[in-house]
Amino acid sequence: MSRSVWKGPFVDRYLLKKAETSRASGRSDVIKIWSRRSTILPQFVGLTFGVYNGHKFLPVLVTEDMIGHKFGEFSPTRTYYGHTADKRSRRG
Amino acid sequence: MARIAGVNIPTQKPVSISLTYIHGIGRTTASEICARCGVPPERRVQELTDQEVTSIREVIDTDLIVEGDLRRGVAMNIKRLMDLGCYKGIRHRKGLPVHGQRTHTNARTRKGPARAIAGKKKA
Repeated sequence: MSRSVWKGPFVDRYLLKKAETSRASGRSDVIKIWSRRSTILPQFVGLTFGVYNGHKFLPVLVTEDMIGHKFGEFSPTRTYYGHTADKRSRRG
Repeated sequence: MARIAGVNIPTQKPVSISLTYIHGIGRTTASEICARCGVPPERRVQELTDQEVTSIREVIDTDLIVEGDLRRGVAMNIKRLMDLGCYKGIRHRKGLPVHGQRTHTNARTRKGPARAIAGKKKA
């Protein structure tokens, strides 16, 4: 079920402050955030966030299309490159 | 033979059924169309007057997204997700289930027929 409209988009408050300060300080570098659950708002467009995936801060350049998605969607938490095809060589 | 919404040629079936041969129209939408055009849903397509056919056609053309347009819209939505690089897009790219289903077993609809693994013992 989707979220009730009257609540508005969920966003951790301190993100707004962080975004604002980095805007004010001009072109700055990655804003590290842990809040993967926050919605991407229009005022974040153009900024680069380092979204924590439990291991590293993956840089995410926010574009207009991303509005309405969550930060966590752009920072995968699992690494899986498929099975290696070395079963036969291990057997021999 | 009646052509409605481009290529679709439903037959001697009841209107509410034959309309579902159009991509994007199911049983519910079909009966809604019948109600709006004042056509009894159990009437056969071949028994429709030209006027009724045109009114059905009009409803579909004006109010519904159907066939090619619908397919294109869906493909565009998926493509948008894939270009965005978000989690759902990645799942689409890899051909894995998108809504958090398990992939340890099952998920055959998305993954396609099972591929044999070299060197795996049976039972």
